[in-house]
Amino acid sequence: MIDQKEVKYIANLASLKLSEDQVKKFSKQLSDILDYIEKLDELKTDNIRPTSYTVPVKNVLRDDVVKDSLDIKKVLKNAPERSNNQFRVPKIMDEEKK
Amino acid sequence: MELYKCSLSELIKMLKENRVKLKDIHESISFRISNVDKRIKAFVSLNNNIKIDQLKTKDYIDDYLKGLPVAFKDNMSTEGIKTTCSSKMLKKYNPPYDATVVKKVKKSGGIILGKTNMDEYAMGSSTENSAFFPTVNPWGKNRVPGGSSGGSAAAVAAGMAPVALGSDTGGSIRQPASFCGVVGLKPTYGAVSRYGLVAFASSLDQIGPLAKKVDDIAIMMNVITGKDKNDSTSINNNYPDYTKYLKNDVKGMKIGIPNQYFEMEFDDQVRNSVISAVKKLEEAGAEVKKVDVTGAEYALAAYYIIATAEASSNLARYDGVRYGLRSDNVNNLRDMFSETRKEGFGEEVKRRIMLGTYVLSAGYYDDFYLKAQKVRTLIKNDFNKIFKEFDLMVSPTTPSTAFKLGEKRDPLEMYAADIFTVPVNIAGIPAISIPCGFDNKGLPIGFQIMGPHFKEEKIIQAAYTLEKILNLDIKYPELK
Repeated sequence: MIDQKEVKYIANLASLKLSEDQVKKFSKQLSDILDYIEKLDELKTDNIRPTSYTVPVKNVLRDDVVKDSLDIKKVLKNAPERSNNQFRVPKIMDEEKK
Repeated sequence: MELYKCSLSELIKMLKENRVKLKDIHESISFRISNVDKRIKAFVSLNNNIKIDQLKTKDYIDDYLKGLPVAFKDNMSTEGIKTTCSSKMLKKYNPPYDATVVKKVKKSGGIILGKTNMDEYAMGSSTENSAFFPTVNPWGKNRVPGGSSGGSAAAVAAGMAPVALGSDTGGSIRQPASFCGVVGLKPTYGAVSRYGLVAFASSLDQIGPLAKKVDDIAIMMNVITGKDKNDSTSINNNYPDYTKYLKNDVKGMKIGIPNQYFEMEFDDQVRNSVISAVKKLEEAGAEVKKVDVTGAEYALAAYYIIATAEASSNLARYDGVRYGLRSDNVNNLRDMFSETRKEGFGEEVKRRIMLGTYVLSAGYYDDFYLKAQKVRTLIKNDFNKIFKEFDLMVSPTTPSTAFKLGEKRDPLEMYAADIFTVPVNIAGIPAISIPCGFDNKGLPIGFQIMGPHFKEEKIIQAAYTLEKILNLDIKYPELK
C-alpha cells in the first residue's frame, strides 16, 4: 500500500512533478502493482544468490589510454543552453543560500 | 508480384541474379509507404537522404544487404536522423553518433529507411504510449499492433519495410510480431551490442530483427551479432552463419511443453492453434514432452521490479541539460529537473519511474530488488535445467490476439499481455515468435520457440521447419 503522502515523497526523490489527480491515481495503481508483486513471497529464496546479469560478465577492464571521443560541437548541439563548449544550467549558488 | 511484398531474402536473390533494379525496389517501398502509412502510422520519421534515382544495383552488389532498406525502432541512435523514443523528451534529439547495430547494417550495405513508432521509451505493449500517435495494426483498423516495437512490426506486416530492427525488454519484439503476423527474434542477452540503444532496463534490453520470413531473421542475425568494445555486456562468441540452419528438419529434436504456461487461462483459439502447430512438429519427427517450469507469473512480478528499478536509474539522465528539451518554466536547478521531467515524460513512463524509485528507496531494496534478483536466479536455473534435457521449449507468444485500441486501461491488465514473453528476458535466453495461424476475426496468432543461451541457430531451424510445414506464404492484410 502506497498512500498519497508516500507518492509525493517518491515523486520528489525522482524529481517528478505530479498533479494532484496523478498522485491519487498513482497511489491506487502502484498499490495494486505492489500487491501483484507480493506473489514473489511464495518463492523461497533464502540461500539463493542474486543474478544481476544472466550471462557470465565480470568486471570488464581496459587500458587507461586517451582515445578519440565524440566531437564536442556535435554533442553540444542538443543542449538547450550552452556556452564556451559547455552545457549551461541555471545558477546553483542562489538556490543553496535559501 | 509487387516488389514491396517480397521478403528480404527474395530481394537479395533477385538482385544477385540481376532480375530487378535496386532503384525499383526502393521506389516500390516508398510508394507503398506513401499509400498506406497515413493509415498505419508505423513511422515517426523517414530518411529523407535516400536519393532513389541515384541508387545503382552494382554499387551495392558485393555487400551482404545489397543496398536494401532497413527500418529501425526509434530508440536506436542514428547520426543525423532524430531519435525520439516516441517521447516529447527527445522530440528534438539528434544523436551525435550511430548505434553499433546501425553502423553494422550500414557497413553490410543496408540503407536506413526510417525510424519506427514505439511505446514511449519502450514502455508498453500496444504502442499507444507513443507521445506522438498510436500505430494501427494492419490486420484490423481498430486493433493495436502490440508493442513496444509496434511500428517496426506494422511496417513489415504492411509491406513498408522488408525488415526492421526492434528491441525486446519483456517481449517488445515478439509480442508485436505475434500481433502483426510477422517473425521476430529476441537474441540471447549479450549477442547483440546495445551501444546506442536508448537504455530502458539495461540487464534485460536486447536488439533483434523483425521480418516476413525466418530466412530474413537468419540474414539479419549474421549482420548484427558480435562483441562490441563499446558494450561491455556484449559477449565474444563464435556466432555461426545462421543461414546454414535454414533446414527443414526437426527429427529427434526434443521439444518441451511448459505445463504451467498451458495451465493458465488464455484465449482458446490461440491455444488450439499453438497445440496444432506442436502436433505438426511432432509429426515431422520432433520428440515432444510436457515439462514443469517455474510459473510465468513469478517472472512477471520480478520483471516489474527489475525493469522499473533499472529504468528509474537510466532515465535520471533526462534532466533538461543534454537532450534537447528544457522546460521554459525554470527558475532554479531543481525546477529545471522536475518541470522538464513533468513536461517531457508521459504517464506510463512516470508510473514506472515511480515504481522503480520506490523499490530502490531506503528500506525497500532487500524486499524488492534483491528478492527479484534472487527470483531471477531461480528462473534462470530452471531454464538451464530444462535445456539440459530439451533442445527447445514452445508456447504461445501472447495470451490473446491483437486487442482493441483503448481497450486495456488498467496497467496490470496491460502488463499481463507479456506473461509468456517476460520469462525469456529474465533468464536472458533467446526466443522467436512466428505466425502459426489466424483467429476467427482474421487476426494473426504467434508461436513462441525458446532455446538455451546462444543457441539461436536451433530456434531458427525449428522455426524454419514450422514455417515450411504450415506452408505459411507471406500474407498481406487488405489495406485500402
